[in-house]
Amino acid sequence: MIRNVLEHIGGIERYGILSILIFFACFAGVLVWVILLKKPYLHRMAAKPLESDSSETSPEETRHE
Amino acid sequence: MNIETFRYDNRIVRAFALATIFWGLVGTLAGLLAACQLFWPELNLNTPFTTFGRIRPLHTNAVIFAFVGNGMFTGIYYSLQRLCKARMFSDTLSWINFWGWNAIIVAAAVTLPLGLTTSKEYAELEWPIDIAIAVVWVVFTVNLMGTILRRREKHMYVAIWFYIATAVTVAVLHIFNSLALPAGAFKSYSIYAGVQDALVQWWYGHNAVAFFLTTPYLGLMYYFLPKASERPVFSYRLSIIHFWALVFMYIWAGPHHLLYTALPDWAQSLGMVFSVMLVAPSWGGMLNGLLTLRGAWDKVRQDPVLKFMVVAVTAYGMATLEGPTLSVKSVNALSHYTDWTIAHVHTGALGWNGFLTFGMLYWLFPRLYNTRLWSTKLANYHFWIGLLGMMFYVVPIYVSGVTQGLMWKQFTADGFLQYGNFLETTIRIIPMHMLRAVGGTLYVVGIVLMWVNLYKTAKSGQFVSETAAQAPALSAQPAAPEKKVGGWHGHRWLEGVPVTFTVLVTIAILIGGLVEIVPMYLIKSNVPTIAAVKPYTPLELLGRDLYIREGCVACHSQMVRPFRSETERYGEYSKAGEYVYDHPFLWGSKRTGPDLHRVGGRYPDAWHYNHMENPENTSPRSIMPRYPWLLTRKLDTNVVQVRMKTLRRLGVPYTDEDIAKAYENMAAQQLRVVQNLKVGMVEADPDREIIALIAYLQRLGTDIKGSPASTAPKLAGP
Repeated sequence: MIRNVLEHIGGIERYGILSILIFFACFAGVLVWVILLKKPYLHRMAAKPLESDSSETSPEETRHE
Repeated sequence: MNIETFRYDNRIVRAFALATIFWGLVGTLAGLLAACQLFWPELNLNTPFTTFGRIRPLHTNAVIFAFVGNGMFTGIYYSLQRLCKARMFSDTLSWINFWGWNAIIVAAAVTLPLGLTTSKEYAELEWPIDIAIAVVWVVFTVNLMGTILRRREKHMYVAIWFYIATAVTVAVLHIFNSLALPAGAFKSYSIYAGVQDALVQWWYGHNAVAFFLTTPYLGLMYYFLPKASERPVFSYRLSIIHFWALVFMYIWAGPHHLLYTALPDWAQSLGMVFSVMLVAPSWGGMLNGLLTLRGAWDKVRQDPVLKFMVVAVTAYGMATLEGPTLSVKSVNALSHYTDWTIAHVHTGALGWNGFLTFGMLYWLFPRLYNTRLWSTKLANYHFWIGLLGMMFYVVPIYVSGVTQGLMWKQFTADGFLQYGNFLETTIRIIPMHMLRAVGGTLYVVGIVLMWVNLYKTAKSGQFVSETAAQAPALSAQPAAPEKKVGGWHGHRWLEGVPVTFTVLVTIAILIGGLVEIVPMYLIKSNVPTIAAVKPYTPLELLGRDLYIREGCVACHSQMVRPFRSETERYGEYSKAGEYVYDHPFLWGSKRTGPDLHRVGGRYPDAWHYNHMENPENTSPRSIMPRYPWLLTRKLDTNVVQVRMKTLRRLGVPYTDEDIAKAYENMAAQQLRVVQNLKVGMVEADPDREIIALIAYLQRLGTDIKGSPASTAPKLAGP
């Protein structure tokens, strides 16, 4: 049944516009979201790769082959 | 606070790193061989296993899945553990991932030269290997998600989002594009036909570039570039926008591989628009990477690791500006099927993937072996030789691509094609192909230098198999101190819930695929049927399978675009309805030789026979390989009924009678081809492979002319 409905779906020419609209809606949402984020959080996250080293303990505790 | 002690697994990282280095050399050497075959056809060595049609997929698979694949796993297994402050979820799964993936690559290296191929670009491997890929990928995904769920770090850093997007999307792409019905141990037919197969293939193909060659490497960039430069990421806001826009948009861009083909216009336009828009998030990512180096540019002069990474990110920027440019229909009209596309992908592969991998390995080895890099000078040599190699690779084939594209379209003042003989355009660009091989050689030399340097580095240190680390358990950590925004935590909240995050990523990538592919598959008006188009006869079908086995699609398209320059050269432009029985489609993406969609009836059967024996018999200075084995090998006819039955299950209207009388039908057509050959002074046995291939070639594109193949006996079907 669903296949039958889809086979004769109309308005294929509107797919392009619809797709662009979906994208811009999502994009605008993410933009608003990002603008509302707070500075301290952003700074902390941006430095995350650097910070992860500090959790590693001294070289003596590492295992060598 | 409850502090936990744990150990990062470096063994698995080393294993993937060694595999990366090994396959990097194998993949580029295969590429170098293929590049040299284009101006020195003797290098095809007159054996089936070493012809360009089989070496080319070997090269692409080795570079993409072996070199970049192992490189991606190296970086992910190293960075994920540290970003999650957790060991990998399961050591067993890590090793299944490693051995499984590399066994698949070995299987590819064996089957592709044997001619066991589906012919779909970057998805050439046959169904048993496809299943193995799916299983190993699931293992990787479980290991990835398991590690993320067991992390001791509340938020998921941006690199991890890219890893999640990679895992989810590659699974979806691989499964849907590889759907096929087996017709033997190493033979299958795509469940899609013609236009639909083309759309699914390029939805896959383009997004293999996006989610296999780009997103995991962006994750690596977001981890290793700050590490190497000791600077935080320039803008975390930008990385969020970069991620969501990229993931959402990439998936729509596939149809730009099919501009001016028989694909319906609406799908072409949609693909083009999204491709042009893609430049924004791509450049957002590139700028975020380059600006991370703010205040650290002096280090770039000293540190080869940063040199490699800067060029990698710049190459990413160049390739992602060029991609949208090539997606504009008017540019694509010139560039498609030429070397321009090859230059474009190599900016990405040699520059972005290659250089980022090299930079990562030079950074990683001293840390894995608790020592210093053996020779910074040698790494600098590698950088300059590699860069020079890249330039020598891409610049000449930009020139050759544009030259050949313009020559194909050039008319004389009288309105005739100026270069009516395709071969003229091939010969003109041979010097450029030679220069390209020089570039490739330099790049390979650079990799050899890296082998030496990394080997010496490893020798000079001691391998650190595990690194101990400490962190509080996630449950013991206090809630984030920031205030909620509008009652919720926005992206911070999302980063704390990996499963929800993964679901949203899946939705983002599925929207594009569904909007484009579902209507194409279901709406009948998209592929107008043509009554004159009939299924292939049994002999033609086997001939087509030989065409697939020999990899002819690597150099010959079967898609005449609706341009006067093409209809003058090849004949009537191709229609969607002509391909309804083509499982898989064989449109191709590069014309090293001419298009073949209208080759049926163009030359006598004997011309094809002589041409396949030695192309220079009919076309002096041709660079096509010789196929002498087709003249001597007996055609395996035992498989024909199984293959016809398989195709019938996929919708090809073979009747019971067609299948029952397949051998009779085949013998009659073989005899007619042999008789035609006699007219051309060629004596041939009817049971040889060449006879089937000739039958197929003579059938190509003839249905709509109202006179099906000259030798084709009627099928009983519609």
